[in-house]
This record gives sequence, C-alpha cells and structure tokens, in this order.
Amino acid sequence: MEISCIVNGEKKQFKIEPDETLLNILRREGYLGVKRGCEEGNCGVCTVLMNGRPVNSCVVFGAKADGAEIITVEGLGTPENLNTLQEAFLDEGAVQCGFCTPGFLLSATALLKENPEPSREEVIEALDSNYCRCTGYVKPINAVLAAARKMRGEE
Amino acid sequence: MAAETNFEVVGKNLRKVDGPGLVCGKPMFTDDIEMRGLLYGKILYSPHAHARIKKIDKTKALALPGVHAVICHEDVPRIAHTTAGQGYPEPSAYDTFVFDKKVRFVGDRVAAVAAETREAAEEAVKLIEVEYEVLPPILDERKSMDPGAPVIHDEPEAEMIIPVPYDKERNLAGGVNMNIGDVEKGLEEADFKFDYEYIVPYYHHCPQEPHICYAWLDDQDRVVIRTSTQVPFHVRRLVARALDIPVKKIHVIKPRVGGGFGCKQEVYLEQVVAALAMASRRPVKIELTRREEFISGRTMHPEIIHLRTGVKKNGDLTAVHLDILMNTGAYGSHALTVVYNSGGKTLPLYRCPNIKFDGTSVYTNLPVGGAYRGYGATEAYFAIETQMDEMAEAIGMDPVEFRKRNHIKEGETSPVFSALGEGKAGVEQFVESCGLDKCIDLGAEAIGWSRRKDLPRTGIKRRGIGMGTFMQGSSIPHVDMGAAYLKLNEDGSFNLLVGATDLGTGSDTVLAQIAAEVLGVPLTSMIVRSSDTDITPFDVGAYASSTTYLSGMAVLRAAEKTAAQIKKVAGKLLAAEPEQVTLKDSRAFVPGGKSVSLHEIAMDSLYVDNQFQIQDGASAISFKSPPPFAAHFAEVEVDTETGKVTLLKYVAACDCGTAINPALAEGQVEGGVVNGIGFALSEEMLFDSGGRTLNPSFHDYKIFTTVDLPEMRTILVPTYEPTGPCGAKSVSEININGPIPVIANAIYDAVGIRLRRSPFTPERVLEALSEKEKMKQ
Repeated sequence: MEISCIVNGEKKQFKIEPDETLLNILRREGYLGVKRGCEEGNCGVCTVLMNGRPVNSCVVFGAKADGAEIITVEGLGTPENLNTLQEAFLDEGAVQCGFCTPGFLLSATALLKENPEPSREEVIEALDSNYCRCTGYVKPINAVLAAARKMRGEE
Repeated sequence: MAAETNFEVVGKNLRKVDGPGLVCGKPMFTDDIEMRGLLYGKILYSPHAHARIKKIDKTKALALPGVHAVICHEDVPRIAHTTAGQGYPEPSAYDTFVFDKKVRFVGDRVAAVAAETREAAEEAVKLIEVEYEVLPPILDERKSMDPGAPVIHDEPEAEMIIPVPYDKERNLAGGVNMNIGDVEKGLEEADFKFDYEYIVPYYHHCPQEPHICYAWLDDQDRVVIRTSTQVPFHVRRLVARALDIPVKKIHVIKPRVGGGFGCKQEVYLEQVVAALAMASRRPVKIELTRREEFISGRTMHPEIIHLRTGVKKNGDLTAVHLDILMNTGAYGSHALTVVYNSGGKTLPLYRCPNIKFDGTSVYTNLPVGGAYRGYGATEAYFAIETQMDEMAEAIGMDPVEFRKRNHIKEGETSPVFSALGEGKAGVEQFVESCGLDKCIDLGAEAIGWSRRKDLPRTGIKRRGIGMGTFMQGSSIPHVDMGAAYLKLNEDGSFNLLVGATDLGTGSDTVLAQIAAEVLGVPLTSMIVRSSDTDITPFDVGAYASSTTYLSGMAVLRAAEKTAAQIKKVAGKLLAAEPEQVTLKDSRAFVPGGKSVSLHEIAMDSLYVDNQFQIQDGASAISFKSPPPFAAHFAEVEVDTETGKVTLLKYVAACDCGTAINPALAEGQVEGGVVNGIGFALSEEMLFDSGGRTLNPSFHDYKIFTTVDLPEMRTILVPTYEPTGPCGAKSVSEININGPIPVIANAIYDAVGIRLRRSPFTPERVLEALSEKEKMKQ
C-alpha cells in the first residue's frame, strides 16, 4: 500500500507493507536519526512527533501515519544551525552516547511547544517515556529547562 | 606537565566533539549505513540449559527462498577462544567456539542464517531442525563444584592459557586466595564481630543500542567488521583466532556506540557475522533484538558474598575476611578477573592488619557474566559498606567518623595493592591523591547528615539516611596500553588519531581537550578519529577505567612531541631557539611578543622550506592504578505497610583528580549512580526452574526513568593525580558501586532492617520487617 505524509515539512509518499511499523519505514527512507532500541514501545529511542505528539514509532503502524505530519530529529536543526534545544543539550552535557538523544529532543520539543514555561516536574513527566542508561537523566532535564528559559528570552 | 591547574582547554565544559552530529541524528551509529545486497543475519538459540547437539538438519532452512547461508558447528573452524575482549594473554578461559556441538545455557547459540530480508532470516532459523540430548543442568552456583555435578565444559580444548586456578572437571572457572596477617587472630582480638552473607543477582547492562555488527568483504577480500564495540583491536585479534584468518585480513571499524557499560567489551557477535559474510560472500548484519540482548548477551556476574569482620571499641578494624562465590554462567568470560577485582578494588580502602580474601568463580548453565561497569567491586561493596555501618553502630561511632578514621590517606599504601591485580599479583602503589575526606564532608553537608537523628522513625512512612565510601582504579598497570597520533594541517588544525574507544563516555572530546591544551589551540581545532584498526594506532579499548588516565597520557605525550616539532619550525621562522617558544591561541610566541600562527608554520613545513609533515605519535602504559574516591549519601522513605522504598535524595561526591571536562565527568557520576539505584531497588534477571530468563524485556526488567529519580546532587572534588594527564584519574566506574549499600544503610536507618540481598523490592522489605517483628516477640 501507499501512504502520504509530511515529514519534516516535506510531502512524502511511501510504499509500505500493511504491517510495517513507522520506525521501519522511516529508517528505510533514510531518517536514520530514528533509532531502534526495543521494538516493544518501552525505551523511546524511536520517538518521533506525529501531528505534534510524541509517539514510539516502533509500535505505530505505518498505515496510521497516512495523512499525518511527522517530525524526526532531522527536522530540528543542522550541526551548523542547531536549534535552542539542541544547543542546550550540548551545553549542559546532556548527550553521552547520543543514541537516546533524538527521542529526548522530540519529547522535549512537544512539551515546550505546548508549555513554554514547564516546571521541573513537568519536564520529568514529559521525558518519562525516554530511557537513558548513560546520563542518569539529570543533565537532559536541566537542558530542557535551560532551553525553555532561553526560548522565553530569560537567558 | 607540571602540577599546574591553570588550564585553557582542560577543565572546561566544552561541547562534545561528536555532539552536534548526535543532536541532529546524523548517521553515526553502526546501523546507520546503507549497503547494496545486505543480508540479514539471525541466530538460532538453545532452548535448553544444557544439551548436546546430536544432529542439525539445515536442508529446509537452506531451501527457503532468499536464504544465502546457514552455518553451524559443521561449517566453522573449531577453535577454542574467549569472548572476553581482554588483552593478550587473556586471563579468561578459552572455552568458547563460534558454534559448538554442545549448548550450555538457554540462549546459547546453535546456528545462524543470512537471508535477504529480516523476515526470511527469522523464518529460516525456525526451519533448522536440531536434535538435542538434554543433559542435567547446574542452575545453582552453590552446587557447581559438588562431587558428581555435571561437567559443563567437558570438551578437551577448554583451557586457561596462563597459570591460574582453573579446573573445568570441577566447573571451576577461576579463583583467588590472598592472606595478609591472621584473620582468625584478628577476630579474636575484636570487641565486635560480624558474619553475614550477601547476595547480588544477575543484572543486565541494558545499553539503549543493542549489539549490532556488520561484516563484508572488501576489494581485497579482507573482512571488514563494522561493530558497536568497546574493544575494536581485541575484536580484530579474537575474530582472527576464532575464524583462523590472519589479523591483516581483518579491518574493524567502530562507529559511535550507543552505550556499552562493559557488555560491548565482549566479542561474541563479530565472529558469527564475519563467518556469515565469508560464507555468503555478501554483506551481512546482525542486530540483536532487546529480547536477544537479555537472553543471549552478557550480564553482571552474580555473587554470593560471605563477609566476616572484627572491630575494636576504639574503631580499629582487626579483621576482614571476604569470601566470594561468583557465578560466571556458561562461559568463563572475565570469570577470574572480576572476582579478583571484588577484592582488589575494595579491600585497600580501609586500614586493617588482617585481611583475607577468597574468591571462587564457577560455571553454571545460566547466562554468561561479562565485564560490567564496576567490575566486581559493585558486588563486594554491598557487603563491605553495609558491614562498615554495622560496625560503626556497634561501637557507637558516627558512620561518617568511622570511615574517616579508617580509610586510606594520601601517602599511604595497602598490602592489598601488591597482592591483588587482575588475575595475578598487583603492583605496590602509594596513594598520591585522595580527596575522600572532602567528599565525605561535602556529601554529608549536602544530604543534611546532621538532621539524621531527627527524621521521623515512627508511623507508616519512616525516613532514614545512609552513606558509604568507595574507591576504584584507573587502568590495569603493566597490562593496558594506549597510543595516539597527531598531525598538523595547513589551517592550523590537527588530526588526532586514537585507538581509544569512545562508547558514549565522551573520550574523543576529553582526549582532544588534552591535546588542545598542550598544543595551545581551541578544542575546535582538533579533528578526532578513533578506533579504526586500519587507521588509528592501537589501544586496548574502553574498560578498566583506563581511557582518560592511560590513553590520555598517550595523547599528552604525542602532543608534547608534536609541539616540539612545531616549536622547531617556529624557532626558525622567528629566529629564536625552540626552547624559547610557547604555544598559545593557535600561535607560537617568543619572548618579546613576536609570534607566528600555526597556519604559517604548517604552510612553511608542508610547502616552503626543508619540508616535512609535522606529526608524531606516542604510546603509554601505566605503572599504577590510582584510585578515584567517592562518598555517597542517600535519604529514603520506607512505607512499612507496602514495603516500598522511595529514594528521596541522593548525593554523590567524587574525587576523580582533574576533571578534564567537568560536565562530562558529572555525567559519568550521574549515569553510574542511576544505574546503581536500579540495582538497589528494581533490577534483577529472573529465571525459571529450567534456566529460562523470565523477564527479557523492559516491561519486566525495570530500569529507572525520569519519574523514578530522587533529587540528585553531584559534587566533584578536584585533586591532582601526579601520574595522570593534567592530574586526571578515572571517573566512569566508581560511582555505580554506591547505591546498593548506601540505600541499604538508609533503609536500616529508617526501619531497622538489614537487607542482604539486592534489589530491595517491597516483598523483601516486608519480609524483613515481619522477621524483625517476630524477633521482638
């Protein structure tokens, strides 16, 4: 079957198998920032935004993405032109191996769009579905708060 | 370099060199390449804990459309090797084959296929017909060495290639005995004696990126292995042995690694993928699923720890006897060295005249232990630090004061250092940097130790505070080696080539900061390439807390040698002696202020006069393993009705010498701590009566996420280690040791129960509470 969706602002048409996951489709189509970690909807390394909401793309059927707007980490910024959140992750030391980082960035992107002034607890809540074994989460949480402050013009 | 701490690049929280790519999701990991003709590999695993393979029929699997190779023990060389990615000669038994005629745990590999799609590969694996002769398994390590117990490694080839305790007939995979003074006499002299057993279960590393490996044949039929590993050079050597091909025929590439924590120090996938690529003559990848990672991957070695201690009323330790039974599972990977380290990285911490250490490592038909951050110290500290707490209480001394009184100090040594190395005797060493007292003081202040006595200890929810102190090492002396190479480019940038393996720790960045410091350039002038066996110099890899300390020293030396060449050219251009030249801000200065840029120096040396490439390399070995130190504190709330332990606050204060990049060092502390908190409260691999893993999924093996976190506080306590690059020691492993004993001590403080088996689940807490009630009656 074929689906059409908007990925990182570009109109796309993908030929897919009916039982294919969004994760498999995106990786096959070259969005390699979407990571494969557990394929059981637990770890969150495959997080993308679907119509603005973070989803674990490993448990979303591709067919469900028909007509949807998808944002992957490739849609955030480039090494030469990082967005505020990406900069905050680097400046706060929130990136270690970086395998979970795309998922964290996308969960945080959704949070900050909805709530530009999140409390620490709200950040913790928003990042709950993203596992990380390297950082102990302290610096990713701090990075999201720092990015929020910067986006509000406080720093 | 002198013991100065007035650094320009070192000690700064600079952005990771690989950071911009990582936050943009650039294709940097093993799986992020596209290859024409790629085949998908899949492994058939044993359903039995212990069985002989009587017959394998591959016919149906081979007949499946899209299948290009099916391989089992009949198709690969039978060469005993170890999967422990250690230096040569490995202190782990050669007891593993690419495929064997026998399987030794549920999850052991039987055969592998390569097919055009993942689905076809999965299907083909199911079509392999295997006839097993099921053998009685050993699933209890206490029974491994019983007379008449099944022999797990009854193959003639299994052997240790170094002279250390090993007896496969008795399922003994490694052992160590050390005796200093007279423990029995010391116990007699004690005013208080303690004698308890502690149990640490199977824990799993849970890297977010499961094991993954690609292999293909290049234009010269060399085997290229692109793999998520901590030890690329050991991969090359071990695969060469296992598949009987020359080292020169193998090229190992390590892309970014999505976390390892020790499990990617194991070389168990690469030989299979390489064998499939050679059999099919097509590129092949194997990517473990999360379930496969749990059932067939490596684990922390479980230990049963028997600890006896004695203490005098004045606080002097009179005896410490640590006796450990370690379960290495079906193969002896790190079986000797982890148990060695259980003593070697713990027992030097406290002064005591009588210390005995017995370690026994046995085979069972359960999953295979491997290297895990902490490397044996984590298990032993559970026993030692909780018993230290009991001793302090018995003599009526504050646990903080008790540790301050007894811990090793700067300028002191311990006989344990020379008695225990890794699989052999260690080296004598004096502690040249120790910030532990300051760690204890700052940590105590941060947790609010003084309010400990006022916490609510009645009612349903009760609070308590616990603490503990820890050490680790930095590198394996006289064993580890790292090398680095630098060259100057036209624009004043440098290529830094290191064998050292960044597995997400930030070592590429840390090593580049050291080089940039010496060469007087910003970090952005360093182009780092690491861990490619065709391109970079050798390094043993990322383990034993060695990279910053040891590979960092190689980088420092390479930078100093390169700087000397730069100064020579600068001297010529500025009409000065090279010794007068200083490097700063990407320029070379001479007294009086005249200067020339690195760009001008590079242009002159490459194009103008008496040309040569400014380049140099250096190697480093270590002669000691300076311990980093840490003091940890935790505050908990225990619900006496449900048994639930809520961790409210955790403070980790750590002396890692100079933190080359403090934010990254803090990240190492925090990552280690949160993994350790999981050990203490939720993580445990469970097995059924047949040895099958019951919880091979993040659904049922609970690792901590953001909502589970306590309030966290990390304190770096700078010291200057004179033998380390820019004063640095290690930081990556030590902090995983803290949470199990520290939380156990906090639980005791709250509700008066001593838990001696981790994790401290509500069931175990309730059970202990009810035991305590019974004792009262």
